[in-house]
Formats: sequence, C-alpha cells, structure tokens
Amino acid sequence: MPQKTVIEAIREGMDEEMARDPSVFLIGEDVGQRGGVFLASDGLYKKYGEYRVIDSPLAESCIVGVAIGAAINGMRPIAEIQFADFIAPAMNQIIEEAARFCYRTAGDFNLPMVIRAPWGGGVHGALYHSQSIEATFAHIPGLKVVAPGTPADAKGLLKAAVRDPDPVLFLEHKRTYRLVKGEVPDGDGVVPIGKADVKREGKDLSLIAYGLMLTYCLEVAEKLAADGISAEVLDLRTIKPIDQAAIVATAKKTGKVLVVHEDTRFAGIAAEVMAIIMEHAFDALDAPLMRLTGPDVPAMPFNHVLEEAFMPNVDRILAKAKELAAY
Amino acid sequence: MASVKMPQLGESITEGTISKWLKQPGDQVKKYEGLVEVITDKVNAEVPAPLAGVLKEIKVKEGTTVTVGTEIAVIEESTAATRTATPSAPASQPSKPVVAAKGAEVPARAPAAAESAEGRTRLSPAVRALIEEHRISDAELSGISGSGIGGRISKKDIEDYVAKRAQPAAANGEQRQRGAGTPVPLSPMRRAIASNMVRSKQTIPHAWTVAEVDMSNVVRFRQQARDGFKQKEGIDLTFVPIIVKAVVEGLKAVPILNASWSDDGVVMHKDINIGVAVSVEDGLIVPVIHQADRLSIAGLAKVADDLAKRARAGALTIPDVQGATFTVNNPGTFGTILSYSIIAPPQAGILAMDAIVKRPVVVDGDAIAVRSMMNLCLSFDHRVLDGVSAARFLQGVRRWLEGFSEQIPVY
Amino acid sequence: MATKTQEVEAKGGQSRHRSLGLSDDQALRIYEVMRLARAIDERMWLINRQGRAPFVISCQGQEGAQVGTAAALRPGHDWVAPYYRDAGVILWFGMTAKDQMLSFFARREDPNSGGRQMPGHFGSRRLHIVTGGSPVATQLLHAAGVALASKQRQEDAVTAAYFGEGGASQGDCHEAMNFAGIHKLGVIFVCENNGYAISVPQSRQMAIQNLADRAAGYGFPGVVVDGNDVLACYEVAGQAVERARRGEGPTLIEAKTYRFTAHSSDDDDKRYRQAEEVAIWRQKDPIQRYAKYLRESTTLTDPVEKEITERVDQQVDEATEYAEQAPDPTPDDLMTFVYKQGTVS
Repeated sequence: MPQKTVIEAIREGMDEEMARDPSVFLIGEDVGQRGGVFLASDGLYKKYGEYRVIDSPLAESCIVGVAIGAAINGMRPIAEIQFADFIAPAMNQIIEEAARFCYRTAGDFNLPMVIRAPWGGGVHGALYHSQSIEATFAHIPGLKVVAPGTPADAKGLLKAAVRDPDPVLFLEHKRTYRLVKGEVPDGDGVVPIGKADVKREGKDLSLIAYGLMLTYCLEVAEKLAADGISAEVLDLRTIKPIDQAAIVATAKKTGKVLVVHEDTRFAGIAAEVMAIIMEHAFDALDAPLMRLTGPDVPAMPFNHVLEEAFMPNVDRILAKAKELAAY
Repeated sequence: MASVKMPQLGESITEGTISKWLKQPGDQVKKYEGLVEVITDKVNAEVPAPLAGVLKEIKVKEGTTVTVGTEIAVIEESTAATRTATPSAPASQPSKPVVAAKGAEVPARAPAAAESAEGRTRLSPAVRALIEEHRISDAELSGISGSGIGGRISKKDIEDYVAKRAQPAAANGEQRQRGAGTPVPLSPMRRAIASNMVRSKQTIPHAWTVAEVDMSNVVRFRQQARDGFKQKEGIDLTFVPIIVKAVVEGLKAVPILNASWSDDGVVMHKDINIGVAVSVEDGLIVPVIHQADRLSIAGLAKVADDLAKRARAGALTIPDVQGATFTVNNPGTFGTILSYSIIAPPQAGILAMDAIVKRPVVVDGDAIAVRSMMNLCLSFDHRVLDGVSAARFLQGVRRWLEGFSEQIPVY
Repeated sequence: MATKTQEVEAKGGQSRHRSLGLSDDQALRIYEVMRLARAIDERMWLINRQGRAPFVISCQGQEGAQVGTAAALRPGHDWVAPYYRDAGVILWFGMTAKDQMLSFFARREDPNSGGRQMPGHFGSRRLHIVTGGSPVATQLLHAAGVALASKQRQEDAVTAAYFGEGGASQGDCHEAMNFAGIHKLGVIFVCENNGYAISVPQSRQMAIQNLADRAAGYGFPGVVVDGNDVLACYEVAGQAVERARRGEGPTLIEAKTYRFTAHSSDDDDKRYRQAEEVAIWRQKDPIQRYAKYLRESTTLTDPVEKEITERVDQQVDEATEYAEQAPDPTPDDLMTFVYKQGTVS
C-alpha cells in the first residue's frame, strides 16, 4: 500500500470525488490557478476547469453563502476557508443558515456541503494562523465536524463528508499536512463520519485525542510501553456526532482516561468527553478523569518560546500519562 | 540536571584540589549541605551543595587539582518527591505521613505521597465494583496493600489479589519492583501469607497460654511401635498424629475451640477438621485433615503423611487446604520451646507443639526425675472464648497425652 | 431620469398589459394574487389583535412590487429567495392561503417549517422558494449560489433575490452582488425600498437617494421603478430576466414603495412616522391603482371583480378555518431533522 502525506490524501480525495460526481466543485480563495496556498487543490483547476474549481473573492461569508445556494440547487460544494482563523466572517452563514436549513424546514431542505479549513499550530503561524475551532462549531446542532489525524482518515472522511447530506466542517490540521505520512488504501476507502478509531490497543490507561495530538499520543504510548504501561489510544476522528460508544468502551476497559487536545481548555472538547464518561462509565473509573490542553489564552503566539509553551507536546503528555498511571 | 563547578575560594585563587567527597553518587543532598572538601593555596573549605537533589556523578576524583569553573559533579534536582509504595498502614492505626526523600527539601509542588488511612479507604468506583463482584470482605480488604498514590488501592491491586486468592498454592503473576533499594521479589505464597497474617492480627484479638506436657509415655510408646508401624504401613509414625488425636479429644471436651467468630454469633462447627502446618521451601502451607475425629491414630498418620508429601511436591488441591476448624503447628522440630502462632481466620485457635526436651522435673511428691517435656502453646481468639476455656482445653489435651499407654488403640 | 411608468404612460397606456405580452387572464391573475395577499394579511392582523396568534409581518402596500416582479419569472423553473415581507412573491410562486394560515398558526402541517419558524419565513423546495431565516440579507448570497449552480449546469433558470433597503446595508448584500457581477450570474436583485428599516429612515441607511446607483459598482445595470405600479415592475423585471437568461448577468431593480402597516405586529409605527405620510401613500395603493387601470382597459368588470372578491374571501375563510383546527406539532417533533437522516445523534 502506498504511503502518502495528509495533504496528498486530501487532494486525492477531492480529485476522486470530483471525477466520480459532476455536481462536486471547489470554491475558495486561491484554490484555482494557484492550487491552494497549501497546494491542497494542486492540479484540480487544470483538470476540472473554472466552473468546478472557483477562485472566490476575499469574502468568507460569500464563500459559504454561495456554497449554500449551490447546495440548494443540486450541487455538492466544497467551500474552502483558507485558515480556520478566518472563518468568523462566515459564522452567520454557517451557524444561522447552513446548520439550520434542515431543522427549520422540518427536513424539506438539506445542504450536502463541505467546509474545509486548515487548523492548528506548531507552524509559527501566530495568533491568526494557528487556532482550533472544533469546539465552537461542535456546539451547533445541525453541523457535523470532523478532524482526521492520518492520511487514510483524511481521505476517507473527506469522501464521507462530500457524500453526506448535511453540512460538514472538515478540519485539516496544517501541521499534519506534510508531517504525517501513512498508508492510504486504494479504492473508495470511505471512513464513516461518527466513528472513532482505536489506533492502539492497551489496558492500563486510555489516551483520547485527535488531529496532531493523535500523532503525539501514539508516540507517548510507545514510550509508556517501554516502562511497562500499556496505553490505549482512541482517535476521535469525528468531533460531532461524537462516538459515545467508543469513548465509554475505552473508559470501561482501562478505568483511567487522559484527554488531549490542542484547543484552549475551557469548554473544549475534553470537557464533553469527560462528561460523557462520567455519565456512562462512572463505576468503571479507577482514577479521576484528566485532560491536557492548550492554555486559556486568546491564541498561540508567534515567538517559538511562547508557541512551544502553548502547544501540548510529547514530553508533557507523557508526564501527565505517567501521573495517571501511578494514581 | 545541575552542574557543580569548582568554586573560587578566594580572590586570586585559580584552582582547587578535591580533598574528600562527603557524598557519594546516589546520596540525597540538601541545599547547603556539605558536598566536598576542597584544598586551595589559601583555604581549606567544605563546599556546600548549591541545590537539593541526588548526587548523580562525581566528575573529579579525590586528590585531583582542577581550575576554577571546572565541572566537578552533577546533581539531579529533586522534582516531585519519589513515591515509595511501602505496604500501607492498617486502617485502624493512626496515619503516618512518609516524607519521600529523607533530608531533601520539600519541593513547592505536590507534597510527597503521604501514606494515610484516608488514602487507603478512598476507593474508586472501579475498585468498589470489583470488591462487590468478587465478594471481598472488609477483613480481606484490610490485608490488601495499595500501589496507588498514598497507598490507594487500585483496580490492579484488587485484580492481583483476586487472582492469588483463587490459587494459594500456585506460583502465578509477575512481581513489581518498588521503591528505593532492591527488595527481594515476593512470591505469591509469601504475599498470601503476609496478607493473611496481617488480616489475622488485625481482626482477631489474640490471647496465649501454655501448658507443659510430660510426653514420656508417648515417647516410650512411639519408640517401641515405630519400627513395626513402618513395616506395616510403610510410613513413619511421627508425634503429629498422636498430638492431633489428643487435640481432637480436647476439642470434643471443650468444643468452643472448634468454632468461629461472626458478628451474628459464635458458629460452632460440627466437623472437626484439623489443619496441620507443613513447612515447604517458600514458607508454610496448612493442609487439612478433614473429620479428624473419625480417624484413628494410624488413620491420622496416613492422611498427615500423604498431605505432607503432596504439600512438599506442590500437589495439593483446593479442598486439601480448605475447611480447617482448628490448626496444629509443629515448630518444635527446629528446637524451639515456646511459640506464639498466629491464628488462621476464621478459626478460633491454633496449637503449637514445641520441642520435646529432656528436663529434670519433680515427680511423685518431691523426687526429681528426668522426663521428656513439651510445651503446648495455644493462641486463641479472645472474642470467642476466655482463658478458662483455653486452660481447660489444654488440660484435656495434656491429660490425654500424659495418660498415654499401650491401651490406647492405634487403629 | 424618467421612470418606466412615466415612459409607458406617455405611450398611451390603454393596453399596457397587452403591450407587455400579458393576456387579459394573466393580467387578472396578477390582480387576484395581489388581492389575495392583501386579504390574507388583513385577516392575520385581525386574528392577532384578537390575541389568537402571536405575530404578523405584513406585505400591505408592497404587493405591486412583489407580484409584478414575480410574474416575470417561471414558477417551478426559476427560483426566488424572498425576504419576510414577500407574501405576494410566494403566493405567485404557488403557495396558498391555506399554507399561509398554517404558517401563521404555526401548525405541524405548515409547509415552510412544520411550525418551527415564525410567519414570514418562507421555504419550499418543491416550489423553488429558498428557505429564509431571520438574519437579514443572508439570502442574497444563497441566491447567488443558486444562480451559480444554474450556470454550472448551463441551465437558463433565473433566481430572484428580494430584500429591503435596510438589508442592502449588510455585508452579505455587497458580497452577493460582487460575486454575481464577477461571474455574470443569472440573478436579479429586487430591492423593495419602502423608506424604513423598522424605524430607521433611508437617510440613515445610506448616503444616496437611489440604491440602484450601486449596481454600477458591481458591473451591472441598476433600474429604479415605481414599486406601486405593478405593470412597470413587471416590465423591468421581464427585461432583467431576459438579460439573465441570455447570460448577460444580474440586474438590480429598486422598487420605490411604501409599507402601510408597522414593521410587524410588535411594532408601533406612530413612534417614528406621521399618520399623514401613511395617508398620502395609501392614496397610491398599488391594488387600487391597478384596479383603476384594469377597469379603464375594460379588463376588469364588476362581475369579474365580484367573482374575484368572492374567491379571495372564500379562500381566506376556508384557510383560516382549516388552520385553526389543524394540529400543533408534538413534543417529539422537537428532536427530528437536526440532520437529514432524521434523528439527533
């Protein structure tokens, strides 16, 4: 099986979906001629032409609003927001419109659209090219939110998102674009939305993560194994609808859970995961639930010292995991 | 890691000689505690440690001269205090906080893992669920040591206990190294014994009383009978079956010793099952002679011999080690004359027969004779019975042994 | 610059509707829909003031701009993205008095939303009416997107996006016109300029007199029309639609009109405008003006008028009765259709 990077997997996913279904098109800033600022759509403009790979004006509300309109009228748009940090101007269209179309028409309308956005830090992107947005949008009923961490999952979930009848926010961790390589199966390889994945089995404690933190947690699990601690790593993959069964299963299996995310702490996804475990697996707990997250500051600063202080890293995750193991 | 450098011990000093290391690698070092003695042209000084921690490495040997600023040692700063998972204090005793690194500064971060009664009794939901599932009694629980923070009993501790409880004779499970130093790994048997001993002493109020027994008649009989017995039965006629027989008679006369304490009342056992302690390579095992009151001396001898052989071969079954209502212990084989045995719960007593020793005693009025004397040491559960019953029991056993004659049937 | 009305009237105006390609029946149909829109609205106010329904948001006074422009489109083929006042538009596009009343009483059978939205939040996939929410002007981008899809599939369907002059201040309005202009999309932007955004007058909404002037900034024509002259609206809309179908791109139509009622049943318009002003505009009631024209062109006779009145009244009465009896949604209905699959995760 071929090894690909996350960005290659995403590009392939889009290409294959556009080839398979003529109603699929891409719209966003710089996606056409340039192939995207991260080259996510490199080559697609040439292949599919200007009506299926559309260079939009610099207007996020426009990108999403037009995508909504196209989805109303029989198309399956992929709207790219250049950086998750810039999604705010489109909030009105996403939250008030896209998320509610199906509910407010009691199912008469539905929007089969995807909003793709690179997120996350560790790339010296500073305050406005490093943010995590999954918690904000996961809170909105009517949206689906996915955050793959591996190439196979990125491609598979992108296909699932395109084929999904509802609006899907597809979050691609920009640090994983070229950093994370993996096997991507040939053929359709659709990964279902709403299903987490045990990336590594274990029995002493559970690490629950997604995005870049998944890669870090796998590294941590390897180091823990050398110390005789068997860590299970659960990759959420989908933030909403969250895989409650998988979360509960791993908590019941090990009794010790550490949730890791890059996003700021307060009301981040870890809070929801921990609430789910408390509600459904309390009697299986052998230690208090723990989380390791980004700090509650507005965003990740530019200076590398500050950026490193912000981002959870392998050493910190390892230390916290050991603390949990020793409880 | 912190680097310790040769200090400038005087204005124009450029070098110093290591005279004597006051600490060795592995030693704990307090801040400002004397680390090394240094000789210079002007000054002989004791150099204090710049920080608290563990001396990791000595870079410069005694007698060597180095320039000022040269690295002479490496100290590992103490961070979170080491947690020594020592066996937890019993729940009934007052809490004893254990300071992690002796002599080390207490770090600003979380205090050292303090053993406390509170730590032990705080049971997580998972632990509580397992306790219920496996019906672990409070008594058993108090004997389980906790490997978690503060002596907390973790899920794993319960799981390990349950595994061992199921197979007391089998050697299973892995050992866990703990704490500072290099302890000898515990075998499952040692663990089980330790746990049972603790449980027994914690829950049963032991009282102890001793009777001196003139075994001369028994000794004489045995000397006469053993060869013929060996020829006929193929096994040795030891003192064990005779003592057991005496104990059985004693229990029949004073049945309160063949009972168990429970919160609902003293449970009198119908059967008399005598556990006979056998020492094996790793410790002690107590196979049980079931319904010992129905066996003759020869019968007891056979059963005891078989059990002892199988015990030493590690071939006992679970029924072999279950159901004892009273235990007889034989420490005297190694020459001890008084022994305080620990009762095996839920029994009410344990009798130790110590060494038979020839002693001058007063007989028939005021004459002195040399007799084979043996001490019978009874440990009993003072909840179930008082000294009077204990003494009466011993009296019964003693009288039976002292009155031993050829009239007593062996079969 | 002369409005279309003045130009047409100068030509003699007797058979204006025929010169615009409308048959007598079609001209009467337009009249009837305007009458129906008005009658439904009046009934809603009565019921609201009786305390039997919580909310009305009216079309009264703007029927000419609404039905006139909508009549230039092909229901079922073309698309409309109305705003909350556009009863005239959606009735032309196939909604009925019953639909309106079901929505008014928020019944389970309400075709727009199953009782989930307030009245005035129109939507029907079947009728090509884009669903609207309460945030203002978001529908303009949706309309541009619908038109984009038509272009991508090389269909000649036209989309009409409706909004008030208040909505024109929203960023989405600018973004939609900009995008539509760049790609020459088949969308017509219809602004019903009634002079007030709730209470804020036009002078506080923009620095210019004619919103239509902005169209030049987006690269397409802007047309001012008398919004209370239904045939003038029909004419300019027809031209815009033809332009769009030919692939020449958007048009901005600014229909100058007036809102007879307060913004909604929760508004008191006496706080910000004079009764005299309203009275003046009542004189220019688009329904009365059109009726006068129709009589003058002998298209509308007394018997026909009576017939229309009876039909309208009957529809309104039947619709009201039906909707009053219709069942409400149940608490179980709360959780459905968060996602298209129908269940909440």
